Amino acid sequence: MTDVFLPELGEGIDKATVSYWYFREGQVVKEGEDLVEVSTDKATFNIPAPAGGLLAEILIQEGDTVNSGEPLAIIDESQAAEAEKDESV
Amino acid sequence: MKQPKTFPAYRVVDLGRIDFLSALAIQKKILQEVIQRASSDTIIFCEHPATITLGRLAREDNILAKRDLLNDLGIPVVDIDRGGDVTLHSWGQLVVYPIFNLVNHGRDLKKFLFNLEQVVIDFLQYFGIKGERRMGFTGVWIGNKKIASIGIGVRKWVTFHGIAININNDLDYFSFIRPCGMDVEMTSLNKICGREVGLGEAEKIMANCFKQIFYFKDGGSHD
Repeated sequence: MTDVFLPELGEGIDKATVSYWYFREGQVVKEGEDLVEVSTDKATFNIPAPAGGLLAEILIQEGDTVNSGEPLAIIDESQAAEAEKDESV
Repeated sequence: MKQPKTFPAYRVVDLGRIDFLSALAIQKKILQEVIQRASSDTIIFCEHPATITLGRLAREDNILAKRDLLNDLGIPVVDIDRGGDVTLHSWGQLVVYPIFNLVNHGRDLKKFLFNLEQVVIDFLQYFGIKGERRMGFTGVWIGNKKIASIGIGVRKWVTFHGIAININNDLDYFSFIRPCGMDVEMTSLNKICGREVGLGEAEKIMANCFKQIFYFKDGGSHD
C-alpha cells in the first residue's frame, strides 16, 4: 500500500483544495500518471501517482481541503498485476 | 560522446490575435514539449476576442451578465484548468502565458506567482506607473483599481496559463463579471498612461521584464 501525499508546493503553502480526480476508486493507475489536481488560490497543480496499482481509496473528495503531509489516497500496488491481467483477457 | 541537447534560456512565441481555445491547444502542446525537455521555457504573447474564463474553483454567480446576452454577443464562457476565479479577455488586453519549468526556478508556486506580479510591476514602472500588490490577493493594482489578473496551472512542475494585463481594451466588458470574484474596478495602461501604447510595444517591454526577473535575478540554471 502506498499513500499519496500533498507535496511541498512552496514556502507558506500548507494546504490545498482537491479540485479534480483523474481516476475513480477501483481503477488502475500507472506510476507517474496524473492522479489528482489540487488548487491553491491562484494555481492548480497535478499530483502524479507515486506508484502503479489499484486506486484503493480516495481519502479527500473534490472540494475538500488537504493539509501538507496528509494522505489524499491509497494505492494498492499488489493488485496492479491482477488488474492488468484482467484487462488483457 | 553524445552531447546533450541545449536550448536557449527561453524563447518568445507571438500568437497575435487568436481565439482562446486555439491558443489553449498551442499552450498544451508547448507544455508537453517543455515537460519532455524538448523545448526551453517559452513565453507566449497573444490577445483574445471577448471570452470569459472560469478557473477551477470559480463560482458561476461571478458571471453577472445573463447567458442569453453573452450568447447574443458571441462571448463564449470557458471552464479551464487554471487557478483563480472568473476573468475576461478581449482585444487590446495583453495575455501572457509563461510555460516555465519550475525545476529551474525553485519548486515554489508562491514564489513564481510573486515573480509574475513583479514582472507586471516592473513593466508598469517603465511607463512611470506605480503598480502594487495587495496582501492575500494575487494580481497587480494601481491605487484601488486592478490592471492585471494572474492564474496558473502546473503540470510536472511546468507552468501554463498566466497573466492578463489591460493595455487598450474596452473596460466596459468587465461589467459582465465580478473579476476574480471581487467587487473591483478594472483599469488599463492607456487610461493611466495618457498615451496610446500598442500591444507590440507592450510585448517587447514585458519580455524584457521577464528576462530580468527570471534569468538574472532568481539565479536559475538552464539547460
